[in-house]
Amino acid sequence: MSPEFSPQFRHYHLLGIEELDAAEIMTILDTAASMAEISEREIKKVPTLRGKTVVNLFFEPSTRTRSSFELAAKRLSADIVNFSLQASSVVKGESLKDTVRNLEAMATDALVVRHSCSGAPHYIASFCRSHVINAGDGSHEHPTQALLDAFTIRQFKKRFKGLKVAIVGDILHSRVARSNLYLLRKLGAEVVLCGPPSLVPSEFSFWGAKIEYKLEEALAGADVIMMLRIQRERQKANFFPSVREYRNLYCLTEARFKLAKKDAIIMHPGPINRGIEIDSGLADSVQSVILKQVANGIAVRMAVLYLLLGGKEREAAD
Amino acid sequence: MDATKIRRVLHRLTTEILERNRNLKNLVIVGLRTRGIYLGKRIAALIKELERVEIPVGVLDITLYRDDFSELETQHMVQKTEIPFPVAKKDVLLVDDVLFTGRTIRAAMDGLFDLGRPKTIQLLVLIDRGHRELPIRADYVGKVLPTSRKELVQVRLKEVDGTDEVLITEPTGK
Repeated sequence: MSPEFSPQFRHYHLLGIEELDAAEIMTILDTAASMAEISEREIKKVPTLRGKTVVNLFFEPSTRTRSSFELAAKRLSADIVNFSLQASSVVKGESLKDTVRNLEAMATDALVVRHSCSGAPHYIASFCRSHVINAGDGSHEHPTQALLDAFTIRQFKKRFKGLKVAIVGDILHSRVARSNLYLLRKLGAEVVLCGPPSLVPSEFSFWGAKIEYKLEEALAGADVIMMLRIQRERQKANFFPSVREYRNLYCLTEARFKLAKKDAIIMHPGPINRGIEIDSGLADSVQSVILKQVANGIAVRMAVLYLLLGGKEREAAD
Repeated sequence: MDATKIRRVLHRLTTEILERNRNLKNLVIVGLRTRGIYLGKRIAALIKELERVEIPVGVLDITLYRDDFSELETQHMVQKTEIPFPVAKKDVLLVDDVLFTGRTIRAAMDGLFDLGRPKTIQLLVLIDRGHRELPIRADYVGKVLPTSRKELVQVRLKEVDGTDEVLITEPTGK
């Protein structure tokens, strides 16, 4: 078979990084690299997904991910419908299954799902004919975020093997941390998770992560620093005494940043709480690639849409 | 067709290009992935040798413009389009190895128009094997090669395949 074909990606849905292997991840990243150029054109559009319908099904607030998927679909000429919680029949008591069935009756091809319950996209995929893309489910996974993070890391570091990546913050509630951990371990990077003991379960070492409770230790010699937001909306108990104490111990400051490698990059999936997990100045510094992540998100999501929606419609079996 | 024949054909085609394009400063070459790129680069080198004019060479990947997108069993791998110069108002020379149904060229022209409005588009192919399905013809043809639909025409080039040759083979298996 000629090398232009890509038998490495044969999934019907994208529900998580856990289900992908290293070759499939690289196929997505390589495809994204080719898609990136389209966003730099004067006419930012190619006709590839003409006639396909994509639905953004967001049961949780989001600006970045939702608009990123919307632009990705539009740049590939797909039609996209935005469905948000406030304007939907869910508030009138419609079940998740009925909502999806009704949307599917309008001949949709892909559903981009965000839900506060872990596993919601998997449930939808179990009865649905459309391709399901997980855009964040509870505290479980956020695969396209991990893919765009990997794309950004590759852009700056050119490799994954042997890189030291420190992920800092609310690991317990973070789907970004989980997806990134799966992905980075599959590609051979070293992952250090850091935060207060109440927010960094030691069970994570099971997936090959190093656990570190002191930020200084986690940062020492790091190539990539990924800061996470404190997700106060998911914390039903008090996981740390006060925001001030958290700031004192876990905020990325100029002084602490000096412990990392000279060419280390700073990442953040957004939204940022300036002055809590990261100093405002650092977030805007030359070593911060936060806005690059946002730009890369579109290319990565274009790649995912292309790889899932391309080809003959197969039976929803895998 | 062997290496010597390919070299001579490219010389002849280059002369034809020079004959038809008096304003070389307005000429740009766009090679179609994969082998059109290297044919394009060789032609640019020949023009430089003969006329001392540097012709920019870009690369076009037509995967996103294919018309059989929904019919393929597996997706084609999308590769990079790299055209680092404006094509608007230029005389664009599209270069490909084999002209067959014409569908690739249709896709290439659509892709090109998304990048700007060229003044003219000309088409150069090393081999024209017939069996057109669209009203498309080449301006410069290396060799017309009558084939049956079933046969495969393979152009091999040093840059990718280690050797210069054109082969007609019967499809195997299936």
